[in-house]
Amino acid sequence: MKDKLPPPYTALKRHPMMPEASHDEAARFNFLTLFNRYLSGDIGRGNRIAYEKRVLPAFREIHRRDPEDREEIRVAMNQDPFHRTWSALKRNSMEMRQQNGRQIVLRQLDALDARARAFNEASGLLELNPGIEQPVYAACVDIHCQPGGYHGGEHPDDVTVGANYDVGLFATTGGALGSLNDGGGQAVVAWVKANRPDWYPERILDVGCTVGHNAVPFAQHFPNAEVIAIDTAAASLRYGAARAAGLGVKNIRFIQASGEDLSRFPDGHFDWVQTTMFLHELSADSMPRILAECQRVLKPGGLLLHVEQPQYGPDMPLYEQFIRDWDAYNNNEPFWSAMHGIDLKAVMEEAGFPIDHQFVTGVRAVPDKSLFRGSPDGEEEDYGRAAIWNAYGAWKPQVTSQAAAKEISA
Amino acid sequence: MTQEIDWIARSGARAKGGRPAFFDEMAVDRLYSLALSLTAELAVTRERLDTVERLLEAQGSLSRGAIENFKPGASAGEERGIAMRAYIARVMRGFQQEVEAMEDPDPPVTDWVERLSRG
Repeated sequence: MKDKLPPPYTALKRHPMMPEASHDEAARFNFLTLFNRYLSGDIGRGNRIAYEKRVLPAFREIHRRDPEDREEIRVAMNQDPFHRTWSALKRNSMEMRQQNGRQIVLRQLDALDARARAFNEASGLLELNPGIEQPVYAACVDIHCQPGGYHGGEHPDDVTVGANYDVGLFATTGGALGSLNDGGGQAVVAWVKANRPDWYPERILDVGCTVGHNAVPFAQHFPNAEVIAIDTAAASLRYGAARAAGLGVKNIRFIQASGEDLSRFPDGHFDWVQTTMFLHELSADSMPRILAECQRVLKPGGLLLHVEQPQYGPDMPLYEQFIRDWDAYNNNEPFWSAMHGIDLKAVMEEAGFPIDHQFVTGVRAVPDKSLFRGSPDGEEEDYGRAAIWNAYGAWKPQVTSQAAAKEISA
Repeated sequence: MTQEIDWIARSGARAKGGRPAFFDEMAVDRLYSLALSLTAELAVTRERLDTVERLLEAQGSLSRGAIENFKPGASAGEERGIAMRAYIARVMRGFQQEVEAMEDPDPPVTDWVERLSRG
C-alpha cells in the first residue's frame, strides 16, 4: 500500500522562492498527484487492452491489414470510448494543475516578484538580453498547457510562469522528480559520477534550462565548476536565478540566449553540454543548428548528453509509439512525435559526433529517498512524463576531423 | 511596482493552442471538465475535514491559521494518502470495471437468461 504513495505536498523540501500554498491548494495538488498516478498506473493499461481487443480487430476488419504507423493507430484509438475518456481525464488533470498553480502564484505575485528581484540584484546570477526573440517553436502554443508558456507572464518582468512550473511539477509527474523537482539533474550527476568518477568538468553548459531545476544539481555536485544555464525565456530565467540564489548556489549563471546561436562562447569552451527533456520542444530546422552549436562550444574530449524519453525507432512496437505520442497532441508538445521518430544518432553524427563516439544509456530519477519510494515503471509508467529516461550522449573526439585534415594538408 | 491582478480570473487562463475535442459532442467534454473539477474539490474538502479532526483531537480547539499551517507528519500523511487513493478508487469504479471487463469479457446476461430458461 505505502509504496504507491508519494509524500504529501506539504512534506516537500522548500526553497525561499517557492510560493506558499494554502491548505486547500496543497490538497488540490495531493489529489492531482494521486489522480495522475491512478490514470497511468491503475487504469492506464486499459488503453492497450482497448487497442488489442477492440481497435486493432476493427482496423483489420476494415483495412484487411495491420496499422502501418503510429498515426493510423492514433486516428483509430481516438474513436475508442475508453481512450477518449482516459484522454479527457488526463488533459483536464493537466489543466487543473495549471489553474491551481496559477492561483497559488498570482495571489502572491507581487511578493514573489519582489523576492526574485532582491535575490537577482544581490546575486549577480542573472543576465537577460532583451534582444533575444522567442523562437516559433517556443511560442506557437503554450507548451505543457501552461498559460503563457515558459516565456509569457501577467506583466513585464514577472515570475509567473517559472513559479507556476516549479510549484506544480510535483503533481504533473505524480511526484516522480523528488522534493525540488531536480530528479532529472540528480540522475545525470549520478550517471556521470558512476561512469567517470575522476572527471571534474570546469565549465558546464545547460541548454534550455527553464527554471534551472536540472542545472542546479550540476553546480551543487561540482562546486568548482562554472555552470552556465541558458534559455530564451526571460520569465523562466528570472525565477530560476532567484531560486538558485535562494538555494545558496553561487557557481551558476542564468543567461538569456538561444541554443541556436552560442556565438558569445568560443569554440571548445565547455567540458560538458547538457540538455534535459529539451530536444522534443524544438523544431526540425532548429534542432540540427542547436546540436552543431553544442558541438562547436564543446572541448575535444568533452561530453554532450541529452536526457529524453526513448526514441521510437524500428524496434519499438507501433502501439507503444502511439501511447508515448500522447503528449504531442494532447499536452501541447508539437515537435514531440517527429523528434522521437528521427534517427537521433544520424542527426548527432551530422552535427559532428562520429557514431563510434556516441552512446545511449538509461537514467532514472534520483528523488530524495527519505520522502520518495521510487517511481513506477513498466505498465504503470506515465509515458511521456515518466522519470525514467534515455540519455543520448557523445564524447567529442579528442582530435576533430577538420584538425586532422589540416594536419595532413600541412 | 504593485500591479493589481484579478487572480481569480487569471488563474483559469487558457493555454494557447487548440484544445483537442475528445468527444463528438462538445457538451460531453464540458461535463468531463466539470465532473473532474467537482471530484477534486470534494477531495480537498475531505482533506480539510481530516485536518480539522486531527487538530481538534490533538488540541481541542481550532483556528483557521492552524488549519492553513497544518502539515501532517509521516504517518498522518500516509493515512491521508491511503484515504485519497481509496476515494479516487470509489469515484473511478466505472472506469476500473470497464478495464477489467475488457480484459476478461463476459457474455451478456441475456444469453444466460435464454439458456437457463430453456429447461
